[in-house]
Amino acid sequence: MSLNEKRLCVDVLVLGGGPAGAWSAWSAASQGATVLLADKGYLGTSGATAPGGTTLLVIPPVARLREEAVQQRLRAGGYLSENAWIHRVLDQVEQNLEQIEQWGYPFPKDQDGTPLRTHLQGPEYMALMRKVVRKAGVKIWDQSPALELIHDEHGVAGARGIDRLSGKEWLVQANAVIVATGGCAFLSKGLGCNVLTGEGLLMSSEIGAELSGMEFSRQYAPSFADGTVTRGRMLAWSTLYDAEDQPLLQGERTFSSIPELLMKGPVYAKMDLANTAHKREFLRRAHPIFFMPLERAGIDPFEQKFPLTLRYEGTMRGTGGLRLMNKECSTTVPGLYAAGDAASREKVTGAISGGGAYNASWAMCSGTWAGAGAAKYALAQSSRADQRKPTAAGQYGLPAGVESTDTLEIRPLISSIQAEILPLHINYFRSISVLSSALERLHALVPYLKATPPSTVQGKVQTREAAAMLMVGRWMYTAALARKESRGLQQLADYPEMDPYQTHRLLVSGIEKINIRTESVPHAHELSLLREERAI
Amino acid sequence: MIELISADRCVGCKLCVKVCPTNVFDMVDRLPLIARKEDCQTCFMCEAYCPVDALYVAPYADLHIEVDEKELIRSGLLGSWRFEIGWGTQEKATMAERDTTPFFEVFTAQHRGS
Repeated sequence: MSLNEKRLCVDVLVLGGGPAGAWSAWSAASQGATVLLADKGYLGTSGATAPGGTTLLVIPPVARLREEAVQQRLRAGGYLSENAWIHRVLDQVEQNLEQIEQWGYPFPKDQDGTPLRTHLQGPEYMALMRKVVRKAGVKIWDQSPALELIHDEHGVAGARGIDRLSGKEWLVQANAVIVATGGCAFLSKGLGCNVLTGEGLLMSSEIGAELSGMEFSRQYAPSFADGTVTRGRMLAWSTLYDAEDQPLLQGERTFSSIPELLMKGPVYAKMDLANTAHKREFLRRAHPIFFMPLERAGIDPFEQKFPLTLRYEGTMRGTGGLRLMNKECSTTVPGLYAAGDAASREKVTGAISGGGAYNASWAMCSGTWAGAGAAKYALAQSSRADQRKPTAAGQYGLPAGVESTDTLEIRPLISSIQAEILPLHINYFRSISVLSSALERLHALVPYLKATPPSTVQGKVQTREAAAMLMVGRWMYTAALARKESRGLQQLADYPEMDPYQTHRLLVSGIEKINIRTESVPHAHELSLLREERAI
Repeated sequence: MIELISADRCVGCKLCVKVCPTNVFDMVDRLPLIARKEDCQTCFMCEAYCPVDALYVAPYADLHIEVDEKELIRSGLLGSWRFEIGWGTQEKATMAERDTTPFFEVFTAQHRGS
């Protein structure tokens, strides 16, 4: 241990300070565990939820309604989800929302006094979570990105990282670690998403964790072209126009044709379907973050057109992430748990995006479960983590993997990764030939990580981010090429139909050499039954 | 991206340095400095947390623009996001408290027309 190092031993270490990390930390502490939450940014501002907010999903606890919602979800997700898990989320999220209300979130009430839990405004929600987490006794380290996990033959044993403000390195020993670092959005500048660069997935993979569903990562979100706010649902109130002012489309909920339109030329939106003061006021109040940047740019979106772009949402709004082994959200590595977008959401959403509502619910639920599971695991160990003799596991973009004295140039490396991942013509309009050559070029970038990372704090952190984005990209395209069909978010031009024989999950693992195998899912036979019925 | 730290208003509390999710600010001579503007993700969080409304985040993700502090004050933009969230001292209700709107999808289905 160097002198310039902060050191701590706790029962549970939570990596990540978005909703999933906050719920994980609160839940673990509520079970009596000592907990440290380390976030790259700040618990309260970090992640996709804090700057904007989220729409909630509430399905009344009426058996028929629940059953319908679950069946609908199973079908939409290409039969890769699990009914029991969807039910679990619908049940658990109700308790979590009640809890949020008790903590003081001001949900409005209807005339009968029933709370209307329709949205959570991000800044207030996450400020509240910070307060609650602190009150539960959790120690919070802000601006403290983890760089690598430490482990021994019994599994994960903690993490090492760096304090971005002081430059001090840190070492936290813990018998259980929860990865709640979010998805990987490849620095595409969607609101709040640039902290989501996939290090949690890389770190976990370095100690042997498996990933699942990485092929379901084809989600782009429409945004004001000059800005960052991605609120696709607002386009349900819009007409889309081309550069010559010709209307293209009107009032679609999803506008799934925007990629095609953008390949032809610029696309503009105007929210002209909101044609009364009442409608405009509703929209303005429900999603203030959508309007504020437009207004600052001098645009009244009800009266004036604004240019659209698509921002890539990677595995954040995709579905893939760390493979979960059981109801407590443990991964394949003993002591290592995953929550929120860092975990695969296939059990709940199958092959499709969770969208805001399901993903927000998932963050709360998986955090609650992972926190309780990790606490139980850590408290059952016979000795404290600082009695163990772990080794650091990080290789890629870290000193342990360096083979050259040349300094690594981060910006060009990141640009080269983005050039393979962000473009619609590669990642949205997927085909075997285009994906294969993009994957080859990504593979060819791996040796660049053998150069020496810059010595600045930011240089160290950003090198690790670049390494993570590169590996996540390789896992995504490897899985996409292995799923030779079109299902949910995965669409392959060469295989435009869903293939019932591929109603399974794809598990990837390994870094230098990527292994891939299938996992069966409980409802696969239901899809085959449907086909047989049709055949008759 | 972040375009202004008002030297007039800033009290050097370091909160922006602490809360910025992408580590854009450094403290220099007891005042925050925009040290890594290229890392700004235009999330507006620093502005929301600034207790003296000294920060202005322009809405542009990639384009740097010159801003005029006097003009931002005159137009009411400096501090407007914190005001809208309800974290200032003058607001009666927070954004969450004012948000009495029904479900977006329900409202859309009922009121949008075809």
